[in-house]
Amino acid sequence: MYTQAMDIAAAKGEQLGGPTVPENPAYQAAFDAKIDRGDFIEAKDWMPAAYRRTLVRQISQHAHSEIVGMLPEGNWITRAPTLKRKAILLAKVQDEGGHGLYLYAAAETLGVSRDAMIEALHAGKAKYSSIFNYPTLSWADIGVIGWLVDGAAIMNQIPLCRCSYGPYARAMIRVCREESFHQRQGFDLLLTMMGGTQTQRDMVQDAVNRWWWPALMMFGPPDGESKNSGDSMRWGIKRISNDDLRQKFVDATVPQAAVLGVALPDPAMRWNDSRGHHDFGPIDWDEFWNVVNGHGPCNRERLATRVHAWEDGAWVRAAALAHAEKRAAKVLAA
Amino acid sequence: MERKEWPLWEVFIRSRNGLDHKHCGSLHAPDERLALQNARDVYTRRQEGVSIWVVRADHIVASDPDAKAELFDPAADKIYRHPTFFKLPKDVDHM
Repeated sequence: MYTQAMDIAAAKGEQLGGPTVPENPAYQAAFDAKIDRGDFIEAKDWMPAAYRRTLVRQISQHAHSEIVGMLPEGNWITRAPTLKRKAILLAKVQDEGGHGLYLYAAAETLGVSRDAMIEALHAGKAKYSSIFNYPTLSWADIGVIGWLVDGAAIMNQIPLCRCSYGPYARAMIRVCREESFHQRQGFDLLLTMMGGTQTQRDMVQDAVNRWWWPALMMFGPPDGESKNSGDSMRWGIKRISNDDLRQKFVDATVPQAAVLGVALPDPAMRWNDSRGHHDFGPIDWDEFWNVVNGHGPCNRERLATRVHAWEDGAWVRAAALAHAEKRAAKVLAA
Repeated sequence: MERKEWPLWEVFIRSRNGLDHKHCGSLHAPDERLALQNARDVYTRRQEGVSIWVVRADHIVASDPDAKAELFDPAADKIYRHPTFFKLPKDVDHM
């Protein structure tokens, strides 16, 4: 889903960058020309170390976001109200796992190992999207995550399908194709609840109130404060600025909220005829940085759950490998 | 804790009979059976395929991108290999 890594400086000690290659002015010129022509860069092509480093950081943190993103929703699989909703939620969470795997594989093409990436996440050196550090308090949260969080993610991710790095762009095409189901099932879930009792409608409104601002923060800091944007834009990794994407998301969401019959929790929200866009109120960036820097409501819990799952699975990974080695030895002996 | 990675496999999928297998990504698996199984789970959740190939990534031999010029350019000046090189009289030009 989530690409905040573009704007967030590498954590201290995070040095995943893949192999270093010698700088070479002729190669650099050929690389720049390719970027200018809008050509794709492929895994074995020469690329500047900073381009490789930026991609490793962004793709791996994007992958971490998908994997950690399974947790808030996974929480509700056993509590889904019907078998149909349970099956849908299971499929969605499985998709997020799949998206994480596509993305880890894309990052590995840059010469960084899967274990090194996971290690960086578990050690708290690599970030993941701030949005997953908020709790899912009611069933309506599952609908709102699909509608707003996945909606914001799609906005963010569609431009990445044209990103200059081929393996990342191809992974994003698959992700985007599947993500549309996520957003629509969320909206459908909310529509059903809005047609229910007053208590159910209140649950939806409460969930919207809690997720609206964190969803807007998913697009990252305002353009003026977006540290790595310049390079990412020049390299064709990032195509549209944070604020432009955020505006696009707001404009798309307002009429959807009207159909649903919920209010967006922003008194400053109104249509601005001269801009041709909706104006909206200021975002609490202190909250954003607070969550990014590890102090959101669920940061510790999410990471602890990941580490626990990884360590609990260690014997399975080891056993599968031992079994494969034993079988290979038998084949060799025969 | 010891971290020992499962080997990397490249995954190729035939979307339907009559079409080629096409590379669609990679994954880690301890052996060929689990590689196939994982490929099914990761890359064909929506009936994307009727057949899967998995190949150990370290068994693939690839051309060197730096040798692109030597490797492929010799074909550039042999335009007579293309049918459009030959201008034929109008009456027979659609042969």
